[in-house]
Amino acid sequence: MEKWQNNRAWFLVLPAFIVVAFSAIIPLMTVVNYSLQDIFGPGQAVYVGAEWFKEMLGNHRLHDALWRQFQFSGLVLLIEIPLGVLIALAMPKRGWGVSASLLTLALPLVIPWNVIGTIWIIFTRPDIGLFGVGINSLDLLEVPFDHTAKPLYAWITVLAMEVWHWTPLVALLSYAGLRAIPEVYYQAAKIDGASGWDTFLYIQLPKMRGVLTIAVLLRWMDSFLIFAEPFALTGGGPGNATTFLSLYLVKLATMQFDLGPAAAFSLIYFLIILLFCFIFYQALLHVGKGEKA
Amino acid sequence: MRIQKRTIALCIYFGLLILPIYWMLNMSLRTNADILSNFALFPTDITFKNYFKIFTDPTWYMAYINGMIYVAMNTVISLAFALPAAYAFSRYKFLGDGQMFFWLLTNRMAPPAVFLLPYLQLYSTINLMDTHLAVALAHCLFNVPLSIWILEGFMSGVPKEIDETAFIDGYGFPRFFITIFIPLIRAGVGVTAFFCFMFSWVELLFARTLTITEAKPIVATMTRTISATGLDWGLMAAAGMLTIVPGALVIWFVRNHLAKGFALGRV
Repeated sequence: MEKWQNNRAWFLVLPAFIVVAFSAIIPLMTVVNYSLQDIFGPGQAVYVGAEWFKEMLGNHRLHDALWRQFQFSGLVLLIEIPLGVLIALAMPKRGWGVSASLLTLALPLVIPWNVIGTIWIIFTRPDIGLFGVGINSLDLLEVPFDHTAKPLYAWITVLAMEVWHWTPLVALLSYAGLRAIPEVYYQAAKIDGASGWDTFLYIQLPKMRGVLTIAVLLRWMDSFLIFAEPFALTGGGPGNATTFLSLYLVKLATMQFDLGPAAAFSLIYFLIILLFCFIFYQALLHVGKGEKA
Repeated sequence: MRIQKRTIALCIYFGLLILPIYWMLNMSLRTNADILSNFALFPTDITFKNYFKIFTDPTWYMAYINGMIYVAMNTVISLAFALPAAYAFSRYKFLGDGQMFFWLLTNRMAPPAVFLLPYLQLYSTINLMDTHLAVALAHCLFNVPLSIWILEGFMSGVPKEIDETAFIDGYGFPRFFITIFIPLIRAGVGVTAFFCFMFSWVELLFARTLTITEAKPIVATMTRTISATGLDWGLMAAAGMLTIVPGALVIWFVRNHLAKGFALGRV
């Protein structure tokens, strides 16, 4: 659709700009302010320049949290994307099964994030949880399963929770992509004698490229912000085993109340996100063009 | 034969998806003493005591009402501000439109943890701490951009000729927008309202930080219970079950638009 060229359209955007800017730009200026000063109390602040940034960039706990975050987000993509595509392929195409599948898939997505944590505590605890009690009664593990005791178990539990929570999103998106493929494509493939695998590789997968790009980028970005679920489930522990970036930042800001370093960290974190956002935006524009051509 | 295998695999997956939720339902129907002393796959001695407590204790049921209030406020604010902006993005080219769209996207992606400290200061300064409006405004950070994205998708599906005809017929912009255009995309408005409702309902960090007692929502009440006193698992489970209800009730209406909403309106 050809759009009209008119700069007065800004008047329509302005109210939305103001309400978002109020929540985004003013607070961000405060963060910049904090990051350059050492604040002792109300009205007592000393300008310290890039001191906090130097401190945070050399902070090995930040490095650990960042590395942990990359590992986590990477694994999330590796598991959720193929699994989501498989589920979408297995879903029924017509009949009552479609609605039933969609509703079941959507269920984990509308649960408050910290309640997700609660569900998984109740589900995995070694004393009352179905999974915890179940796996320990099989007696397969050397150390009995307890997600609060062993870092590896905590990690696996958080990852399992994340996969449980968000794979339905990937499946929903993939399903929407599959539904958009015209039936004639499949008929043509059948006439050409294409196998199921060929159909997937040369028809379904290329047609899903758009939605899969969105799925990859959404899961990458959102798993980078993960807070409430591990906060409720493990609190970042045991030790720092499941302390991802947001958890570390909140710990620094509210429990230790180190305003300067926390603010410097916030800005570094924000810049990383901004970089990914830019890549995301470019990819989205690119995908849009590909479909029109 | 192949189709059957697929269906079986899908059923197993759905079973695993439901299992943790079933387990919470199971816990919510038992007393704490029963939960801690017996391990049972099915509740034998069903009790609604936990739910009863939530519906009679003001600190619990008010928490649900608080959550509902700011979610409703946020939905109204987000829609009111996003509708004109989405129209501008779907119909006009203007200076800096691409940059503006990108900036809005960054706000949807920004880590809430980054905004934690400044929000405390900002909302204390303007005397909004511990009010529903504070949380509603804070959630606009991601809900206004999201609404613009979803609405823009729906609006671009309406042919521009309708606008042109209306303007030729002498409609002014406000009258055209409210009486003709919005009714045309009412499905889109409904879907957007659902996603504003949902993302505001599930968010924890802002809701927890900006409220103390007066506006404390259920998500915050639950985290405080978990860290403080000895845990009453049955009560926790019942509170958790009740937070799922509003979302579960409305997904039926938007089931065909779920992908669109979760994908920022890009599907």
